[in-house]
Amino acid sequence: MLKWRRAFTFFGTAVGVAAIFATVPAKAQPGNMALPAYKAPHMADGHPDLNGVWQAFVTANWDLQDHEAQAGPHPEIMGAFGAGPAGQSVIEGGGIPYQPWAFERKKGNFEKRMAVDLSTDEKWHASGDPELKCYAPGVPRAAYMPFPFRIVQGSGPYILMAYEFASTTRIIRMNLKQEAPVNSWMGWSRGHWEGETLVVDVTGLREETWLDRAGDFHSDEMHVVERYTPISPYHILYEATIEDPKVYTRAWKISFPLYRRVEKNAEILEFKCAPFTEELLYGQFNKKESK
Amino acid sequence: MIQRFLIPMGLLAVGLCVPGFGQAARKTAAVSAKPMKTPWGDPDLQGVWNDATSTPLQRPGGVGQKDVLTDEEAVDFQKSLEFDLTRDRRDGGGDIDVNRAYNEHWMDSRRLKITADHRTSLIVDPPDGRIPPTVPLSTEREKARAARAAANTRFNAGLPAHYRDMSLPVRCIIRTDSPPYLPTIYNNDFQIFQSPGYVVIGPEMIHSARVIPLDGRPHLGKNLKQWLGDSRGHWEGNTLVVETTNFRAGDGVIFLGANPETFRITERFTRVDAATLNYEFKVEDPTTWTKPWTAVIPWTKIDPAEQMYEYACHEDNYDMVHFLKGARERENKGRGQ
Repeated sequence: MLKWRRAFTFFGTAVGVAAIFATVPAKAQPGNMALPAYKAPHMADGHPDLNGVWQAFVTANWDLQDHEAQAGPHPEIMGAFGAGPAGQSVIEGGGIPYQPWAFERKKGNFEKRMAVDLSTDEKWHASGDPELKCYAPGVPRAAYMPFPFRIVQGSGPYILMAYEFASTTRIIRMNLKQEAPVNSWMGWSRGHWEGETLVVDVTGLREETWLDRAGDFHSDEMHVVERYTPISPYHILYEATIEDPKVYTRAWKISFPLYRRVEKNAEILEFKCAPFTEELLYGQFNKKESK
Repeated sequence: MIQRFLIPMGLLAVGLCVPGFGQAARKTAAVSAKPMKTPWGDPDLQGVWNDATSTPLQRPGGVGQKDVLTDEEAVDFQKSLEFDLTRDRRDGGGDIDVNRAYNEHWMDSRRLKITADHRTSLIVDPPDGRIPPTVPLSTEREKARAARAAANTRFNAGLPAHYRDMSLPVRCIIRTDSPPYLPTIYNNDFQIFQSPGYVVIGPEMIHSARVIPLDGRPHLGKNLKQWLGDSRGHWEGNTLVVETTNFRAGDGVIFLGANPETFRITERFTRVDAATLNYEFKVEDPTTWTKPWTAVIPWTKIDPAEQMYEYACHEDNYDMVHFLKGARERENKGRGQ
């Protein structure tokens, strides 16, 4: 169980880790924090208890790879509102291994990230970051949206992941053989335990979701394997291996810690963002004199 | 064409479609013999439940004051409701027939059956099975209601002027996920998840999660409102009791015209047996209705081998554009109002 150490090497400078573990000496690797070995409390069924409100504190939603701070769209009215923070890559071992055509498309996506063309049904999903339109974020993006999510783990064969962003959910179906009956926005998630790790196999994802605001994307053949490993009472190591033969040349992997929201009243609140997109999406079709 | 969506969405909007239980249901609930428990000792409500029924929320006129029907009467009552509700009939002429093209194939067939206890309304209190009369409303609220009614009229005429003329369900903001839960034409499933200290309800439509803490924490501050409200629960014996306030207003109009400032519901979830859960809700809103009222709806567990699938809504809500473009087209052609 040394994987979390690697992850923390990677994220050693993340704000928060340093703050929480300020009292833990970490002399061996300057600038990095090491957590003591940890085994989470178990539920009655003998598996680790992942219940709680969790949140990633990475900037991967802006860009999975290294990125500088940047102005948001329309800085002439938005100023620093909407500007994106700088951040380090969450990809292990480099960048996203795009096929050449796909790399070109990613660049085009970014350029058209604010473009919305609803003039015909066919163009509906062709451009614009789905986040802009308040679509369910898909997997793995849901895990690193800058919003908390709740894991609900009981005694049934299902674990619920309830995300604050877009008030969306996905059901982890434990030990289920059935394949995805149809593609969906949050995909078809089947889980099993490997020791202290919840492993979730995700297929059946719709091709329209993106991986970040930088235009990173995938096809409907994307296959994501997520691993949730408790590494302290307050942290889960999140790892996701992503493969998609239509878009990438090989499988690649992201990892970062999820932080437990420890506020006494921590809870996911409501972020039903559909109403915030109506003026953008539908306003142009209103009756002209109508306010 | 537009009508294809109008009727079902209208039903969703009003939330009045249909559902059923009463005095009899309470009796049934009382017999729950051996309560199923979670490993941590809470009553076990986990599973996927369906609340479809044809029993109407309010008692229809024809059955008079009778709250529970005999077996014979129930057969006729069910037949008559089924005839009214089915979308596979062909009578009524061309226009109506076209409206029914959105037919039974798309609907939940469980909504064509009355409740097993043969009640004539889902409302069990007041005893007449009807929503109590309203109190006099403020001028502001009368105005909001009139504005909503005018928007509905424009929409039904195929002439919505603004995206806000569409109802909240059509806009994919809330559908059956905002409590209290009433049956509708389809997607009547609710998956209940539990973990120590929490019950979480996942309504199929629209994929939100209603997190109900059981630890006695206070409600959210009164300036923090949500479309699903803010729920707090506790156990009374084997019954989950949930109190919900802090409802966010959609254009000033929420559940059946209640006042978001004073609207409060108390729901009671009781597992009656392995396959049945009794869902009761009490509505209190002294600035809207002259007295509180209560309805009871039986929830039936769906086959555990079945799954609840994703119900996305806003992501492919093409009809928002179709409705508005159609309206502009009608106006341009001079066929408008």
